Amino acid sequence: MEVIKFGKMAALVVAFGVVVGCSSKGGDASGTGAVDPNAGYGAGTSGAGMDNGMSSEEASLRAVTTFYFEYDSSELKQEAMRSLDVHAKDLKSAGNRVVLEGHTDERGTREYNMALGERRAAAVQRYLVLQGVSPGQLELVSYGEEKPSVMGSGEESMAQNRRVELRK
Amino acid sequence: MKRFTQALIAVIALCAAQMTLAQEAIEITKGTDKATPIAVVPFGWQGSTPLPEDLAQISANDLRNSGMFAPMERSNMLSYPVRGEEINARDWKMIGVDYVVVGQVSNQAGTDRYELNYSLYSIVREQVLLSKTVSGTKAQLRDMAHHLSDEVFEEITGIKGAYNTKLLYVAAERFSKDNTRYTLQRSDYDGARLSTLLQSREPILSPSYAPDGQRIAYVSFESGRPEIYVHYIQTGRRERITSYEGLNGAPAWSPDGNRLAFVLSRDGNPEIYVMDLGSKQLRRVTNHFSIDTEPSWMDDNTIAFTSDRGGKPQIYKQNINGGSTERLTFVGNYNANAKLSVDGRTMVMVHRQEGYRNFQIATQDLKRGNLRVLTETSLDESPTVSPNGVMLIYATRQQGRGVLMLVSTNGRARSEIPTQFSDLRVPSWSPYLP
Repeated sequence: MEVIKFGKMAALVVAFGVVVGCSSKGGDASGTGAVDPNAGYGAGTSGAGMDNGMSSEEASLRAVTTFYFEYDSSELKQEAMRSLDVHAKDLKSAGNRVVLEGHTDERGTREYNMALGERRAAAVQRYLVLQGVSPGQLELVSYGEEKPSVMGSGEESMAQNRRVELRK
Repeated sequence: MKRFTQALIAVIALCAAQMTLAQEAIEITKGTDKATPIAVVPFGWQGSTPLPEDLAQISANDLRNSGMFAPMERSNMLSYPVRGEEINARDWKMIGVDYVVVGQVSNQAGTDRYELNYSLYSIVREQVLLSKTVSGTKAQLRDMAHHLSDEVFEEITGIKGAYNTKLLYVAAERFSKDNTRYTLQRSDYDGARLSTLLQSREPILSPSYAPDGQRIAYVSFESGRPEIYVHYIQTGRRERITSYEGLNGAPAWSPDGNRLAFVLSRDGNPEIYVMDLGSKQLRRVTNHFSIDTEPSWMDDNTIAFTSDRGGKPQIYKQNINGGSTERLTFVGNYNANAKLSVDGRTMVMVHRQEGYRNFQIATQDLKRGNLRVLTETSLDESPTVSPNGVMLIYATRQQGRGVLMLVSTNGRARSEIPTQFSDLRVPSWSPYLP
């Protein structure tokens, strides 16, 4: 625990000095403890820069546990990959199991969307495995269009529903 | 005087019945034009309290739903005869009616036994075509009305009626993002007489009636993952059929009811499998890196399914014993969830036209190949066809909620299935029931 605290403090100090380039160091230091993908989220929303010491950039990347997709696409976006890099690192060091939930918007048939949601979850899985995460740590579940994040048929709400959620 | 009294009673019964019916009546959102004009006259009833069901109205709605009949509004009727000999053919001819159905309901005092005597009269031939009696308990009054509709429909059209059938669907009540109650509902085909078969906090999907009308199959996420179940309606007994890693979805009964086709992704991506329900032996039908899903039996050995192997989802067919895959749909850039009519001649599916954003229900003649779009809203899905092929029910969205619509396959009649729930989806029409 002491080590982690020290790591966080060190990272914070470095972060003040050099904004870019410290993220990997901070990540390493946090590896033993901060495995909850949502932990960073909580710290981030509290807005306390001191608690969230190691790297604000990494913490905010870690806070992202929902990854969005274009219509009828299972291609990962750049920003999703950057967050997944952080998650991959956490997963590798902690060895815990997470669920990747695939979702779609309401367009198209429900069973086809079930398959499309799985394709999206599989795209996230493939990326994490490429980063060295063990496939056994990643469980895939597709909910298709059955569990929308937001209701509504507008383009904006549908974009929010086309997603993969990483859940502990 | 007697006649006047009867008419008066009929009118009183009608008013009372209309009030009780307001909640259940199918709401007509689109009229008919070239359908056969028929009058289902309010049935006579001598009881001291009004009947809980308006049998004549139920029957008129049934006939209208076929798209082949245009039942006359009661307010336009000149008289309310209840027996064949009271029909004045000239009057009905004058107002353009081809057929008249009249009837009387009676109840032996102190019993739960009701009798409906009815007649179908051809105005053109001035002749009684049918004169029958059907009886049942108070709880069976709606069955009696649907039975009459079946008889009248078949007498005039030569097509077996499918009004004594049931509907399965899933209702969802969303309280918050992570709190939704899903229930599997069974009702009459017209939405009346609802009963809940299953309730879950996790999604229920793709219910499907077995050809025997006794069993249903569906996908339930109750364990946190999709699993296929077979559920015996009478006893409530459930059997878990599949629980493989990945997708377990889209169960479809073989015509003989002994096998189930479904989708598994246990081998890496979605493929169609067939399971013999007796031996539980599993056979893989498709083998392609694309999405293969939504199997539908075309005959004992052939399955139609959705695949995006050509880039966009289209319907293909495949013999379950092997052989080549044949593409069936070529019009439109999205064709999915095919359902075959019982005679195997027509395929109903979800269709999106080239250059359009709307998903609509279309039928395709399998011999001639021509395609006809039946619906005009934008998120239409999950079509299910009545066992006689005359009507279909599909799911769509209205003001953000899922609703079920009934449409005749000739496209003339359209109505919404009434409900008490905020969101309905995935209807499945039963086969003919004994």
